[in-house]
Amino acid sequence: MSFISYLINGISLGSVYAIIALGYTMVYGIAKMLNFAHGDVIMIGAYVVMASVTGAGLPPFAAVLISIVFCTVLGIVIESVAYRPLLNAASSLAVLITAIGVSYLLQNIALLIFGANTISFASVVPIPAIELAGGSLTITGEAIVTIVLCIIIMTTLTLFIKKSKAGQAMLAVSEDKGAAQLMGIHVNGTIALTFAIGSALAAIAGVLLCSAYPTLTPYTGAMPGIKAFVAAVFGGIGSIPGALIGGILLGVIEIFGKAYISSQMADAIVFGVLIVILIVKPTGILGKNIQEKV
Amino acid sequence: MKNRSKTTKNNIITYIMVILLFAVMQTLVSTGNVSSLLKGLLVPLCAYIILAVSLNLTVGILGELSLGHAGFMCVGAFTSAFFSKCTADLIPISGVRYLLALLIGAAAAGLCGILIGIPVLRLKGDYLAIVTLAFGEIIKNIVNILFIGRDENGFHFSTKDSLSLGLSPEGEVLINGPQGITGTPQDSSFFIGVVLILVTLFIVLNLIHSRSGRAIMAIRDNRIAAESIGINITKYKLMAFSISAALAGVGGVIYAHNLATLTAQPKNFGYNMSIMILVFVVLGGIGNIRGSIIAAIVLTLLPELLRGLSDYRMLIYAVVLIVMMLFNWSPKAIEWREKCSAKWKRNKQKEA
Repeated sequence: MSFISYLINGISLGSVYAIIALGYTMVYGIAKMLNFAHGDVIMIGAYVVMASVTGAGLPPFAAVLISIVFCTVLGIVIESVAYRPLLNAASSLAVLITAIGVSYLLQNIALLIFGANTISFASVVPIPAIELAGGSLTITGEAIVTIVLCIIIMTTLTLFIKKSKAGQAMLAVSEDKGAAQLMGIHVNGTIALTFAIGSALAAIAGVLLCSAYPTLTPYTGAMPGIKAFVAAVFGGIGSIPGALIGGILLGVIEIFGKAYISSQMADAIVFGVLIVILIVKPTGILGKNIQEKV
Repeated sequence: MKNRSKTTKNNIITYIMVILLFAVMQTLVSTGNVSSLLKGLLVPLCAYIILAVSLNLTVGILGELSLGHAGFMCVGAFTSAFFSKCTADLIPISGVRYLLALLIGAAAAGLCGILIGIPVLRLKGDYLAIVTLAFGEIIKNIVNILFIGRDENGFHFSTKDSLSLGLSPEGEVLINGPQGITGTPQDSSFFIGVVLILVTLFIVLNLIHSRSGRAIMAIRDNRIAAESIGINITKYKLMAFSISAALAGVGGVIYAHNLATLTAQPKNFGYNMSIMILVFVVLGGIGNIRGSIIAAIVLTLLPELLRGLSDYRMLIYAVVLIVMMLFNWSPKAIEWREKCSAKWKRNKQKEA
């Protein structure tokens, strides 16, 4: 029974990774940049929920909505101030270092406002845990909500990109920026939209993550952010179903590693997976192998 | 001096600058004009300078981002401290022991660099950044669960706790997991640190201006063009990266042999440390070795002099990173700078 319960925990954690990985994958696909600050947007989202529930006394649902709006705006601001000027820079290193700077800035702002102490985060999920098989298998409400939300988000996003005009524009911009502009697509607007969606997803992921693991520090987002990137690489960066598969696989690997190998080595195992993927199949499970042309 | 090339002159200026700074600091210390706090910072500062110079080799010359420099430093620090502690009784001459510790620390870090580099440097894109970041975390993770003890039966290993090592009563715990290594002989000094800075500079500057260095920079500037004229991309990338990692190991050796207790915490060997070194490199100018040294000195000593700002130190680092990048690399900022300098030149011509 413990195997199944680990599996469910793993899928639940993996669903959070998948939602975060979506933000990475979409931004990478369209702006060809690694958004290091993505993990810290998660942390900011969780703090906003915490502040509006305990500080302003709002109901959890409203707090989550505020957090999503806040992070969306934050994502757009970060993109337009820090990343857009460097979009056509000669060195791709420049935007990478700026992203690290933004990540660091967000962490330290949170540190100054909320302090370094760990804050316990009250779960916003109202569903009670389900007991199966005579009480030997418990599925928490958080796990159910996380998995269901992950499926809903994946489906909506896939439909959005396939069917809507804005989604098609995203595909076009990620394929060829110059050609997209000639076709009358507002390139900067499309990139901003991608960041907005990514950041909104990060806010949701932050709430789900902190509901399942109820502690919050300014560094909460950094590690899941990096792991979600590993998930994105695992599934094939730039691919949305890849993010789902990679995220869930990584979550399951992490929980199984914690349970059966060593709880302290779980992080090392996850990163070991990344190195193995890069040796065996650098493009990831669903990634396309694109030849560079001169 | 006349018939020497410009680069040789430039290199000599860098060496002289380090020696002069050393002389000034040494005079200040011996005349008692330096606070004990600042004196305690001198040896770590040497380690930081070596780390900054070696990271500049990866970031500036090779054009790849490494976020695990603290990880390589950690490898160097722990292997060398372990060695020094083991052989503290065997090799009584501290100079010989230190030299061996240096070689071992550098070799271990360099080896890690090669192991990381072989799979990753074949890929294009930003993978090196994320893998080195992951490597730094793995190393910190491993060191924190590693227990090694020694008694008359030889070495004992464990990943649980010091009790499960099963040592005999005379045995001694060498690496105590999260408590790290205690009682490393404190062989580092400011003088040794400066000598090692000069050695690092010698290695890095000579590499940059050698045939290999030019090949490395060619790869940075245009990978495909470099490949098409027959440069072995992986070989040269691996070369620069492993040298950079080995030098980071040297920085770790200096750092470890200056502390009574060596532990792997996020503060000294974590992501924060890697970022701090990156800030040195970025502020000093990517690819500018002398700049890295100056930035490391200024950013290490300045916060200690401005104690009141300590809460905002990391915040300022973050803003420095963003602003420097935007100002230096944004096409609009470059255009603006060119306009300004053209205007300035015109005004000067008018005056003349």
